[in-house]
Amino acid sequence: MDNKRRKFLKMAGATVLAGISAPAVVNLTSGSALAASGTDAAHGGHGGPAPTGVRLGMVIDMRKFYGNQELLDKAIEACYRVHNIPKIQNRKSEIKWIWKTGFANAFVDQSHNKRSETVLNNQFPVLCNHCDNPSCVKVCPTKATFVHEEDGIVAMDYHRCIGCRFCMAACPYGARSFNWEDPRPYIETYNPDFPTRMRGVVEKCNFCGERLALGLEPACVEACQGTGAMVFGDLNDPESEIRKVLNQEFTIQRNSAAGTRPSVFYIV
Amino acid sequence: MYNKTMIVAGLVIFVLMVTFPVWYNRLDAGPLPKPELPPGGEKECVASASFMRDKHMQLLYEWRDDVLRNTDRVAVTVGGKEYRKGLQMACMECHSNKEKFCDTCHDYAAVTPDCWDCHLTPTEAAAKKEAH
Repeated sequence: MDNKRRKFLKMAGATVLAGISAPAVVNLTSGSALAASGTDAAHGGHGGPAPTGVRLGMVIDMRKFYGNQELLDKAIEACYRVHNIPKIQNRKSEIKWIWKTGFANAFVDQSHNKRSETVLNNQFPVLCNHCDNPSCVKVCPTKATFVHEEDGIVAMDYHRCIGCRFCMAACPYGARSFNWEDPRPYIETYNPDFPTRMRGVVEKCNFCGERLALGLEPACVEACQGTGAMVFGDLNDPESEIRKVLNQEFTIQRNSAAGTRPSVFYIV
Repeated sequence: MYNKTMIVAGLVIFVLMVTFPVWYNRLDAGPLPKPELPPGGEKECVASASFMRDKHMQLLYEWRDDVLRNTDRVAVTVGGKEYRKGLQMACMECHSNKEKFCDTCHDYAAVTPDCWDCHLTPTEAAAKKEAH
């Protein structure tokens, strides 16, 4: 019996040693493979290659909104009406697709304390940035949020959302809202062509995917029509209006240091 | 085998209890539901009645994936009429009475689809209609 126990202990010791040393051996032998994955990570990170094909984006010209907050309200109202967004006053439960915020909140990495009065006294429209490198998509365990390869829209499939809110934690822009309550009592008018959401799902701006399919512009852009305050289009099309604006003007993105590469640009 | 009588008796009682609803109703599942046909008098649907009866859920799932995930919102044209892909947009346009159409069968089969947690029935949509 003793002999057997000795054998067993020897075997166990050898197995543990082998287990501990195996990763080191793998490391030594697969150096090239590791190096390759390292460069991949660098590609996916900050400042990686720009995606090709149609990439929808938006330029928000703040100069048109300064002193004209009614226009901003109109744009927000249009979005809320089209998408059956509930107006919940309670800050914990509120649902936001496009909303107003101060400069310091909108552009957290643009910090200096001698900003112009105009910037300090005006509200900025903020929405989902439909990033090229969206952190929300990476963390979603059910693929309920995903990127449309055809146009770069970061979309939500509410049928799949399990309400885990990982995406909310991952989004550096706070662009996602969780439905803590049944939204229907808080919706003033229904758009019969668009569903409401149910309690327990996360929602956000969808760049009006359903309107684009009908050849319409997003609701907020349409509400600002004629003013040039919001320009929407294909960022990869050199002939598009948005590219012309981007070529002419100096634009900034929200929290570009997060490395998510937003598709919404601001002229401040 | 020990306690043969007890086990057999127990099994018999168990089977009787489990099948109680079946024999209590004398193998009759009650009158078959008669869903109301579209009030507008539409005769044609996106597919045959038998297909829709059996497979409407599969069709809705396909449409859902087309619209949401494959960016394919191209309308379905049947007999010259265009149907936008969507429960609210295509189905409920004709079957405008969810209570008398959808619910009759779903209640009979004791299924509770959660479509209506998000999708609006025509009644609900009309409840808070925009005054144009």
